[in-house]
Amino acid sequence: MISFMNVFGIWIAAFFTISIFSFLYKDNPFYKLSEQIFVGLSAAYWLVYIIYSIMMPNLFTKLIEDFSGNAILLIPAGLGLMMLMRLHPKTQWLSRYPISIMIGTTAGISMLRYMKSDILEQVTATMINPFSAPDAAGVVGNLLLIIGTVTGVYFFYFSKKQEGIFQIPSKIGIWFLMVSFGATFGYTVMARVSLLIGRLEFLLRDWLHIIT
Amino acid sequence: MKRSLPLILAFLVGFVVILSEFIPHRPFNQIVSTLEQWFMIISGFAILLGQISLIRMNTHKIVNKLPDWQYYLAGLISFALMLIFGILWGMQETPGLLGSGEGISSWLGAKPFDYLFTNAYMPLSATLFSLLAFFIASAAYRAFIIRGLESNLLMITAVIVIIGRTSIGTMLTGWLPESMQFWHFPILADFIMEYPNSAAQRAILISAGLGIVGSSLRIILGIERSYLGGEK
Amino acid sequence: MKLTAIVERRIIYSVLLLAVALPLIFPIGWTTEVSDYTRIVYELVETTPEDKVVIVSFDYDPSTMTELQPMAEAMIEHAWKRNQKVIATALWPMGVQMAEQAFTKVLLDYPEKKRGEDFVNLGYKVGGMVTVQAMGRNLMEVYPTDNQNTAYQDIPMLKNVRRLKDVAWISSLSSGVPGIKEWMMVARDNYQVPVTGGCTAISAPGFFPYVNEQRQLYGLLGGLKGASEYESLIGRLGSATTKMDAQSIAHLLILVFIGLGNYRAFRNKRRQNS
Repeated sequence: MISFMNVFGIWIAAFFTISIFSFLYKDNPFYKLSEQIFVGLSAAYWLVYIIYSIMMPNLFTKLIEDFSGNAILLIPAGLGLMMLMRLHPKTQWLSRYPISIMIGTTAGISMLRYMKSDILEQVTATMINPFSAPDAAGVVGNLLLIIGTVTGVYFFYFSKKQEGIFQIPSKIGIWFLMVSFGATFGYTVMARVSLLIGRLEFLLRDWLHIIT
Repeated sequence: MKRSLPLILAFLVGFVVILSEFIPHRPFNQIVSTLEQWFMIISGFAILLGQISLIRMNTHKIVNKLPDWQYYLAGLISFALMLIFGILWGMQETPGLLGSGEGISSWLGAKPFDYLFTNAYMPLSATLFSLLAFFIASAAYRAFIIRGLESNLLMITAVIVIIGRTSIGTMLTGWLPESMQFWHFPILADFIMEYPNSAAQRAILISAGLGIVGSSLRIILGIERSYLGGEK
Repeated sequence: MKLTAIVERRIIYSVLLLAVALPLIFPIGWTTEVSDYTRIVYELVETTPEDKVVIVSFDYDPSTMTELQPMAEAMIEHAWKRNQKVIATALWPMGVQMAEQAFTKVLLDYPEKKRGEDFVNLGYKVGGMVTVQAMGRNLMEVYPTDNQNTAYQDIPMLKNVRRLKDVAWISSLSSGVPGIKEWMMVARDNYQVPVTGGCTAISAPGFFPYVNEQRQLYGLLGGLKGASEYESLIGRLGSATTKMDAQSIAHLLILVFIGLGNYRAFRNKRRQNS
């Protein structure tokens, strides 16, 4: 029976795969059906994992096992319920309290982390001696790294109109950004093709057994 | 009260989080640690809210027989099935309300939740995203046109990276002598990624970082209030 | 003969389908070169002493598993080869299933590895950066149990692991937010734990600036190519390596499309001018 159900499962998977691919020809009922089933399964998956991975171990089990020791957890539980009040127009305002706590925490942590990782550390990584590289390519690369970073940041400075001579660094910044977007396009091609390879491998190997 | 108390709360919470970075001692580190635990639980409820909204919206479409309501019904049924399977028998190593469902699992070869995940969710998710391969191929033909210096730079880099990140690059310039190794496609692609690309991406990171720090500060100080919604 | 836009599009789709399918059916066996970004990841795992506990975080879902699952399997295999103990975590709920699938596959070659002693799946936690920060203070508070409902304190391999600082390295396999960036920002920049990992090719260019002198990231595996490079370094003929032929042919085809598109645009422009 297991092997029958395995084969049946592979056929279901193949059906959904081809149904989604059928969109390439044109929009059709099979695609629409698959799309909605995907949304339904996805939502249920999240819900089940929220229950078993968060609500149970981090809230309910703790409260059940040692209520007095974990009574403070009633506060986030209450705030969580206030969040659900958003569903009703008259009680919607109650959800502002949990949202403000979440937003405040996120803003505080983001400010600190981005300041360190994306500003201070990145500036540090740019403050290098370009001539310390072992070969000519390294020296050129280091110079490009410094010039590209400085002119790129300059380009993103929108507070003052860049005119005349002040346009030059901005223009150089755009060239670097174009090089980076080109590289990103190359990597995007790689990413998208990889996903297609994965699906074709499934069809050819698991479903049709053409490849091993 | 309905608006100012949440603003004060956001300020206090944000302020304490920042303060604890500079004074990592009691009581600040304890407060922040507690906040982090609460954040996780409230986030759980937030996701729950999202799922309930989705179900409500779909139910509304089905009840009112809006266009394509049959597909929404299929979505709702698949939602209910996956949810019931997950609650009753759990998933993978996690037991559910009725235990691990040894009987049904031995019949299916996996727990019902996992069976649906592997044979329906996985192919649907992976195939939906794989469609993008076709669209990018079409875009390469229609939109990737040389028009000036900037688009030339973009094109040349893209071509070098596309060639350099595969076996073709290795074959095309693999014969180059040691002194010209810099022009070997994979090495050239690595050079582009390490220097000009990193420079531009770093500029984006620094600029976006400054923006995030600024908007975080605006939220903490109560200047940015859009997250509170309307006036009611 | 002038083709309509729809017909043109369908021809492109069909040719791409063939270009990907044929090398899968008739493999060529081309080789690729290993980049420094991959080598740094490899060196980190290779030089970590035996018996150390490490974290592999599964921050992706099935939509990008073709790129990231081979990385996960290769990194788990490498860690086990070096007798390191692997904690699996997930900032994405689907990551829990991905982790189980990866363990199941690598266990076929390492049947002696035991759950709880050599590996554990702590499961999914919501909250991204905030949750990673909480892990830095106290892992047990965040993960009271693993995904088998075994209490944290009863898992033998976690006896001396109280917070993030107690692990030797963290690898995040990431297809978006939250993912490798959150791990790097908190675990590396705040708690000084080495962070490495892999991401989808599409997001790789944005992460390369973090592979800098300060080692905000210890190397980076970018997409399927990164995965195949890592497989070749650990001597594993994994799923990424076998797919690289199809990847190369498809890249060549995209270049042909770009060339044809530019030729067409050039011809149209000349016709308009005349």
